[in-house]
Amino acid sequence: MNDVVRPVMQDAVAAAPTRVDGRDKVTGRARYAVEHPVEDVVWAWPVTSTVAKGRVTEIDASEANGTEGVIAVLTHANAPRLGETDDAELQLLQSDRVAYRGQVCALVVGETVESARAGADAVRVRYDEAEHDVVLDARHPAMFTPEKVNPGFPTDTSIGDPDTAFAVAAVQLDATYTTPTEHNHAMEPHATTASWGADGTLTLYDSNQGSTGVARVMADLFGLQVRAVHVISEHVGGGFGSKGTPRPNIVLAAMAAQAVGRPVRLALGRQHMFSLVGYRTPTIQRLRLGATTDGVLRSLVHDVWEQTSTLDDFAEQTAVISRMLYAAPARRTTHRLVRLDVPTPSWMRAPGEAPGSFALESAMDELAAACDLDPVELRVRNEPDVDPESGKPFSSRNLVACLREGARRFGWEQRDPTPGVRRDGRWLVGTGVASSTYPARTAPSQARMSIGSDGVVTVELNAVDIGTGSRTALTQIAAEAMDLPTDRVRLRIGDSTLPPAMIAGGSMGLTSWGSAIVKGARQLRELVGRRDGAIPEDGLEVTADTAEEVRAVSGYARHAFGAQFCEVRVDADTGEVRVPRLLGVFAVGRVINARTARSQLVGGMTMGLSMALHEEGVVDVQHGDNVNHDLAGYHIAAHADVADVDAMWLEEHDEHLNLVGAKGIGEIGIVGTAAAVANAVHHATGVRVRDLPIRVDRLLGRG
Amino acid sequence: MKAFEYERPVGVTEAVALARRAGSRFLGGGTNLVDLMKLGVETPDLLVDLTGLDLAEVLEQPDGALRIGATVRNSDLSANDAVRARYPVLSQALVAGASGQLRNMATVGGNMLQRTRCPYFQDVTKACNKRVPGSGCPARAGEHRNLAILGASEACIATSPSDFAVALAALDAGVTALTTEGEVSLTVSDFFRLPGDEPQRDTNLPPGALVTALTVPRLDWATRSAYRKVRDRASYAFALVSVAAAVDLDGDRVRDVRLALGGVAHAPWRATRAEEALRGGPATEEAFSAALRGELEAAEPLPHNGFKVDLAHNVAVRTLTELTGVPA
Repeated sequence: MNDVVRPVMQDAVAAAPTRVDGRDKVTGRARYAVEHPVEDVVWAWPVTSTVAKGRVTEIDASEANGTEGVIAVLTHANAPRLGETDDAELQLLQSDRVAYRGQVCALVVGETVESARAGADAVRVRYDEAEHDVVLDARHPAMFTPEKVNPGFPTDTSIGDPDTAFAVAAVQLDATYTTPTEHNHAMEPHATTASWGADGTLTLYDSNQGSTGVARVMADLFGLQVRAVHVISEHVGGGFGSKGTPRPNIVLAAMAAQAVGRPVRLALGRQHMFSLVGYRTPTIQRLRLGATTDGVLRSLVHDVWEQTSTLDDFAEQTAVISRMLYAAPARRTTHRLVRLDVPTPSWMRAPGEAPGSFALESAMDELAAACDLDPVELRVRNEPDVDPESGKPFSSRNLVACLREGARRFGWEQRDPTPGVRRDGRWLVGTGVASSTYPARTAPSQARMSIGSDGVVTVELNAVDIGTGSRTALTQIAAEAMDLPTDRVRLRIGDSTLPPAMIAGGSMGLTSWGSAIVKGARQLRELVGRRDGAIPEDGLEVTADTAEEVRAVSGYARHAFGAQFCEVRVDADTGEVRVPRLLGVFAVGRVINARTARSQLVGGMTMGLSMALHEEGVVDVQHGDNVNHDLAGYHIAAHADVADVDAMWLEEHDEHLNLVGAKGIGEIGIVGTAAAVANAVHHATGVRVRDLPIRVDRLLGRG
Repeated sequence: MKAFEYERPVGVTEAVALARRAGSRFLGGGTNLVDLMKLGVETPDLLVDLTGLDLAEVLEQPDGALRIGATVRNSDLSANDAVRARYPVLSQALVAGASGQLRNMATVGGNMLQRTRCPYFQDVTKACNKRVPGSGCPARAGEHRNLAILGASEACIATSPSDFAVALAALDAGVTALTTEGEVSLTVSDFFRLPGDEPQRDTNLPPGALVTALTVPRLDWATRSAYRKVRDRASYAFALVSVAAAVDLDGDRVRDVRLALGGVAHAPWRATRAEEALRGGPATEEAFSAALRGELEAAEPLPHNGFKVDLAHNVAVRTLTELTGVPA
């Protein structure tokens, strides 16, 4: 069935097409949301709350209004009224209620960004402050069971009697892991240029991961027909999930433009991004693994506690990974949520799998030690024949092949499992492994394809390239499907007036868009074929829609897999951790462009390394926000932290996925990395760090 | 950011005179001041840009001291041949700070006068006795994992952020400054101060004084010196703890030693008690450890920064053992 041939490596990367928009980007020709030339444009800057809970009692804008260049100050008292949508975070300046520290409570419009910002500094806001509650605690009395977990999974699942199976298991592991608040920080902040036409239409240059939905939400908020809203997202500088839905910037820019009758630009500041664009909830995760002495799981229980805001319920699907990664006859997963006076958490690269894999894959490492088994072998012994919860066969599942190939390339076989015994001078040296997985999904998309009498094919769909290389890969898919060289293909994406398409999210952008293009190409070629290749003067056009194919119930469980191997060195005197080697081997179906694919996987692993060692929103219990809310205080991995990070993949043919045969690679790279690092740290030092990030003070003086 | 005036004097006398104007601030490379202006922590009415002054030279003095002009860039000083050869600790400390881009901009005078990175100091929506005297200190009951363990006060537990200053403290360097009254000289140890009940004062520099030069005295055995910094990532982070050390060995005994700790106090912490304990004693790991334990008896850690006591001990002992070639 599964046809694993060989790892595809450097040759494939070297042979892959370079980015079609690379020159535009490095020369500055590529325009981002606030770079499009617009006449008579002004700027807006938000004022954010300095209490975490309460009501705004007074906004004194007199000094701000007197600031040179300030045109208007919008507050809940004078801002345009908005229509209803599902996202309460977008009901901006609609009430005096403060739900978290850093919430928008006024907006200053100025002739320049400097004057808007100076005006914002001059706005005085008074509050009736209430006592806030911002600390996640598994025993919080307000913990509740959410209706579902993101994006629509059941909250809890249970098979068999996991408690009894655990109680009688020969080997028991019961451990609690935590991950902190983590923040999305794309290079380009969330940004919009908004302008209203004389005919009441709204044009928005916006930085987002998919403008089809953005246009719909904006239409609802401003009481417009969707066709009266035009969202252009030609180039987007990253998102990681935080741009998957419209964010306050676009709503505020449109409101401001309406209020002052001029186009408005709004680019959030880096500090705003700590409260206004979503973040990954902190998690508390309890893992109970019961196994036989030879490491075969009899019971697997994964309980999760996490937070949301008082505005909206967002429940990260943290335990969902434990529903499918390993076999166990008795199993349970649960999610509990508490509403705190904090911003609403949201999507951040691999929501669910990223924090969930830290707990599950750390626990598997602990179980391997308890069973005196090699951690690769332990995983192999718990490989399921079918998807453990649904009973469906996997469309392809090459986790074991990834583990074996990774072990071989990494030099795992000589590994002495004893922790804390390898030294190189003052360095303690260790290695660790973890599995990676991510769902392989496809969403309905449409593509309009036309061929001109010159034989040039034009492909139009509202895909978006957020820096990953989609524009390049889609051009390749279209060229291949039409059997034309890439220079005979014109691709138009990033515009809400184009045929609607999936967002660049959930690792399903390329698979969804590519499927629509492949289907469209088939239709177009058939049309051309019916005319014996004769293309009329005004060309031929088709529009393909994959809704039917996508919604057809699949008999297969579809997931991508991988294995990550890590070497760490820990300074015996200081607890400093260095990661000289990180290797990921993945099985992700067909890879369209080896160059950009490798970049995605290495990027995900680097972000996972950052999650392992650095990233931590530190809660300021007294004030209700993060103590650290800039990139000086919120550390991400810097160049010196990232040494030899390499990613490769096995050639995998899977007929049961989608028309492209690909699984999507945007997120799997971050899944498992933190556990691989923590497991390596344990191997190096004997210290099991169950709380991320792995800081100096969590290692010093232990072990 | 508030609007401000900008002057670029060509002479030190003019610069000092401009500084008498209300709300004036000297501007070096701007790598800290401009950030603080963006944050609203600093709201100057006038910036007096010093980079046009003739203060950018490193000169070897007749007595063997090194005189470093205040507007010498950090990267230039770290690459200076005399510094690298004679005071490795100084070059290493400079390179341990910030990023290449920042070091290219930052002046050494500005480095000495940079403000604490305590998160409460940098957030104008929260109280801070250093920023607004008498407003309170939320750090003591709040987030203080990277704040002071030595010499702090009820009013302030901020730490000095400079790496460079820790090395200068170990080298007994001096600071020369100019006021309208004339020139003043301070040792680095007298230049920095502990917070006491006036945490708004980082230094003992008279108001309006312009730092014109730093003087590093001749110290031949500083060739055996090193700076070691421990931080939350491999680069581009402030010290959790750092150590500047120089050792003069007489066989297997310590003839003389200099030791200063960074990241632990409101000022570079010259470990005089440890130095005294070590001087004339054996150069052994046990002796180093005992000396550091003695020095750190004065530590008053808070709930989240107690790890710094062991960390300071370990890093200092490690640095001394490596400098003296004591087998680990």
